[in-house]
This record gives sequence, C-alpha cells and structure tokens, in this order.
Amino acid sequence: MEDVATLGFIATTIGATWRLATPLIFASIGEVFSERAGVLNIGLEGVMLMGAFVGFAAVFATGSLPLGLLSAVLGGMAVGLVFAFFTITVKADQIVVGAAINLLGMGLTAFLFRTYFVGTGKGVEIAQPLDLPGLSDLPFFGEALFRQNAIVYSTLLVVLIAVFVLYKTSFGLTLRAVGEHPKAVDVVGRSVAAYRYGAVLIGTGLAGLGGGFLTLGHSNQFVEGITSGRGFIALAVVVFARWSPIGAFLVSLLFGLFYALQLQLQAQPALNIPYQALQALPYVMTIVALVMVRNKGDTPKTLGVPYNKA
Amino acid sequence: MANIENERPRAADTDFLATMTRFLIRTAQAIAMPAAAVLVALASGAVLLALSGFNGWDVFDVMLVGVFSDTRSVAEILLKAIPLILIGVGLCVAFRCSIWNIGAEGQLYAGAVAATVVGVSFEGLTPWLYVPLVMIAGALAGAAWAGIAGLLKVYFRASEIVTTIMLNYIALISTSYLVTGPLKDAAAAYPQSARLFKEAWMPRILPPTRLHIGILVAIALAIAFYVFLFRSSAGFAVRVVGTNQHAARYAGMNVGRNVLLAICISGAMAGLAGAFEVAGVTHRLYQNISPGYGFEGIAVALLANNNPFGAIFSGILFAVLRSGSELMQITAQVPQVLVSVIQGMVILSVVAFGVYRFRSATRPK
Repeated sequence: MEDVATLGFIATTIGATWRLATPLIFASIGEVFSERAGVLNIGLEGVMLMGAFVGFAAVFATGSLPLGLLSAVLGGMAVGLVFAFFTITVKADQIVVGAAINLLGMGLTAFLFRTYFVGTGKGVEIAQPLDLPGLSDLPFFGEALFRQNAIVYSTLLVVLIAVFVLYKTSFGLTLRAVGEHPKAVDVVGRSVAAYRYGAVLIGTGLAGLGGGFLTLGHSNQFVEGITSGRGFIALAVVVFARWSPIGAFLVSLLFGLFYALQLQLQAQPALNIPYQALQALPYVMTIVALVMVRNKGDTPKTLGVPYNKA
Repeated sequence: MANIENERPRAADTDFLATMTRFLIRTAQAIAMPAAAVLVALASGAVLLALSGFNGWDVFDVMLVGVFSDTRSVAEILLKAIPLILIGVGLCVAFRCSIWNIGAEGQLYAGAVAATVVGVSFEGLTPWLYVPLVMIAGALAGAAWAGIAGLLKVYFRASEIVTTIMLNYIALISTSYLVTGPLKDAAAAYPQSARLFKEAWMPRILPPTRLHIGILVAIALAIAFYVFLFRSSAGFAVRVVGTNQHAARYAGMNVGRNVLLAICISGAMAGLAGAFEVAGVTHRLYQNISPGYGFEGIAVALLANNNPFGAIFSGILFAVLRSGSELMQITAQVPQVLVSVIQGMVILSVVAFGVYRFRSATRPK
C-alpha cells in the first residue's frame, strides 16, 4: 500500500489525467458548440471512431502526422455533414439519426479496418512527448504535467479559442441565440440552418480530432471500438459542465482522472480490487455526475428541436 | 404520424369492399417505405463492397441462396430473430413513449446473468416450473436494470440516453467479472459459467434444429404489445406521454409512472431475450453472449415504425441479414461487420423517407 501514496505515483497519475482527458476535452468542447446551437449529437461515438480510423489510415499511408490529424478532423466533419443534413435539412429526429451515425461509424471503421489493415499488425509513428524548456524541469510539476505531446498541450489553446469564439465574437453570440431563440435569428435575416451546420461541423471536427488523438497520440494502432464509449461520456461531460467550454475542460479532466486512476490502480496488484471494478469507474461516475447536476433549466432552449421557418 | 393508425372504420362506411380497399392501401403504404429503405441500404452495402474490391452481386447472391438453403438454415434465422423481435418490440413501446432506451444490450446481459443464476441453482426442478422461472428471472432482471435509468430520469431528470449507455458498459464489465469470478465453471479453462441444468433449457420445437419455444413467445408478445399500445387505455396513455407530456399531465395522466412502465417493459423484453440466449442457445453464460442484438433492436423497432406487430417482420429481416453476413464472412471473406453499416443505412433511409420528420417538433422539453 505504501507505494500508492508516493510522489512518483501522484505525478504519473496527474500526467496521465491530462493525457487521458484529451479526447474528452476535444469532443466535449465541440459538442458545446453543437448543443449551444440546439443540435444534440448522440452520434459523437461514431464520429470519434471515424476520426480515429481516418487519422490512422492517413498516417499509415503517408507517414505524415500533421496530415493524419487533419484527416481525423475532416473525417469527423464528413460524418458530421451527414448528421447535419438529416437533422437540419431533412429535420429528422436528432436521436434517431445519431443512433444511425453510431452504427455507421462502428460498422464502417471496423469493415474498412478488417478489409485493409487487419493482419498488417503495424502501428504508426505517433506524436512524441515534447519537453517545454524550463517548465519540464520543474520539480514534481514538470514531471507530472509537461512531458506530454503537442496534441495534449493544444487542448489549452482549444479552450481559449472556444471561449473567445463563443462569448466574444458576433458569430458566437448568434450561435448561442440560434439555440435559445432561433426565430429571433431568423427575423434579423440570418440563416438558422447555416449556423447549425457550422456548429455541427465545429463539433464533429473537434470530435474527429479527439478520436484521432487515440490512434495518433495515445496508442499507435486502430482497434475496433477504440473509443469505448468516450463519445457518450463526452455528452455527459457537456451536461455536467452546463454547456460552458471551460467547464467542459475541467469536467473532462475529472474524467481523465478516473481513467488514470483506473490504469494506475490496475498496476497495483497489492490492492486486490477486481480489475473490472476499476474498469467500470468512468461509466459509474458518468451516471453519478448526471444525477448530481439534475436539470437546472440552463439547457439551450431548443436543444433537440428542428427549426421550421413557417 | 402513425399514431393514428388505430383509427377504426366509421359506422357510415360499412361497405366491405371499401374497407378492404382502404386496408390494402394502408398495408401497401406501411410496407412500401420499409421495403424501399431496406433496398437503399442493401444497395449502399453493395456499393461499399464494390469499392472494397468484392463483387457485391455475387456476395448477395451467395448470401440469399445460402441462408434459405434448407430447414436448418431457416431455423437458424428464426433462432436469431428471437432476441431481435423481443428487443425490437420492447423498444417500440419505449420509443412510442419518447424514451430513448439505448441500453437494451446491457438489459439483455442482466437477463442472461439472472437466467444463469437461476438455471444453475435448482437441481431436479420439473421443466414445467423451471423453464417459466428462468424466463421470469431474465425479464425481471432486464426490467430492473432498465428501471435504474427510468428512476434516474423521473427523479433526477438524468438523460436516459446517457445512463442506459453507461449501464450497458457496466453490465458488460460485470458479466466479465462474474464469468471469471463467482459464476465461473471451476472445471473450465475459459471464462464461462457452469452449464444450466437440462430441466432449465428451452424446449426445442423443430428438432434436430436448435429452434426453441422462444420464437413462439416472441411472436405472442409482439401481438400482445400491439394490442397493448393501440387497443388499450394504458397503452394510449404511454403514447400520449410520448407525444405531448403537457397534454398528458393536463388529462390527469401520471407521466412518471408511464415513463417507468415503458422503460421497464423494454428492459423486460431485452432481459427475456438474454434468458433465451442462455437457456435456449448457449446453455452457459459467456462474456460475449450477444453480438450486439441490443443495438440491432433499435433498427428493428425503427424500421417497423415502432409498431410491435411490424417488429416481427423487421426482426426476421435483420436475422436474415445477420445470417447472410456470417455466410459472407465464411464464403467470401467479407467482414461480417458490414451488417452494422447496412443497419445504419436502414435507419437513415427510414428517416430520409420522412417517417420521423415530425416527431421532434412535438417532443416535449
């Protein structure tokens, strides 16, 4: 038991927390944009899978990591475009379409992986840890926080940009208005549909990047169902974060901590906890989080409701 | 929307011919849309196959000939249809109540675990008691597992979409724990439970095939829930709550109770499906007892336009696709997951043909 409480253990756990939170940070901040505009995308899991697969395939083919990450974003957006078409243009039920997107993402990535990659067994070159001059040499914190790859560091940038765009630009203001009172946006002559398309594409692009991180910044392989529910957990993160980007960042870190604890404690056989109990931790905590926040009424007013002009 | 499909002929038009004509037109309308959706989905599957270097036409040809080749193949299709029909029917009830239960997979596992516990516990019990007992245990466990999400929704307004999905993972992980720990067959090298007592096995109805009484139960329940939804006042209340909660409340209906009822019915059906898999097919509990029937059931219900009677046919259709995809894998090395792509395309096509178009507009906040 002694070795649990050591500084080294804590440092590793903190470092892993940020790293394991990264896919959730991307996906949940993206989903904040989408839901603020009134579009609930439960197909996030499928979107992330697509990002993970496309990113992996692109690096496999070209060997270029930046190209891989770009492909992951575009892959996510491509799925997002399908989702947006059916939910915004066709005005179909967002949950039904989301369920279809999940099946498609799951099926398509598994099908393509088995057709083209299975048996190759090769991984790809992934993003390497990047020492930040000065910071990485700090005692304890340096080791804990600043031995990450560039994708993990970039989450900070994404939060800042998200906050700026959502609260300090006219685009962000209109986007939030679209989720609260689309009629008002329509009356002043802006297209509700265009803003919703934009919001969904931002959301799915970031979710695709979150998926891409799993294959290009975390593991170096694609595995069927590699997201293992992160898309759904991201949905809960957004609710728990009350639709705020900073909140989504912090709540994602909390979930990153659950993942990190799960991994770190599994490596402690002395604790004698069945590994399945640790495995279930993030999922149980997601339910606990949802129960704790209840519904306070700050949900975007038209979340899940298609807009009819007439 | 299809909510009006229980509209009865009025007294004025007793003319038999007119009634028949209207019935035929309505039936044709009800069948045309799903048929078109399936065709579009199959076509996109063929395109995907072609793009990946397979001959789509040959693959489908082999598949369709193969799955209907003999009695055994047809029995295997119906065997796969049992969980799909059960789950699909249960989800029809939940979806009609606007409860998005995505957790049928976990509820299936809960039912399978309960059926296993009961099935290995009472040696020497007569099958006349044991078989119903196993079914009831499975259904109750499934209902209880879904009921957790129902209670969280009613009392804490926690989105059932997220909670049911989380409960899926928890059920799967718990099953993995049980078959490697407390329920593990001590004599076996692999994680699996002990074999259920023979008296708990589902009686087979078409020996030597594996088809068991589950198919009859599934069809009977599909008809029963059709009657419940469209011909009973309790089912009417479930549908009103699903269409407009404010109206339901105004009419004095208990919204929370109907929500719980609908989600527990869907859970019970999935749990029963799990009991049938254990007691009717594998006779042991395994970690991966379901190949995703719980998710496939969503497509079954949606293709049937959330009509339990229609779920019989869409369930069988998806079972054919599943059997076919297994055959494709064996004979043409086409990855079996193609079936998920086709399922997703079926849902999108159904949606594109406009069935679900107006549902959200009326969905209460």
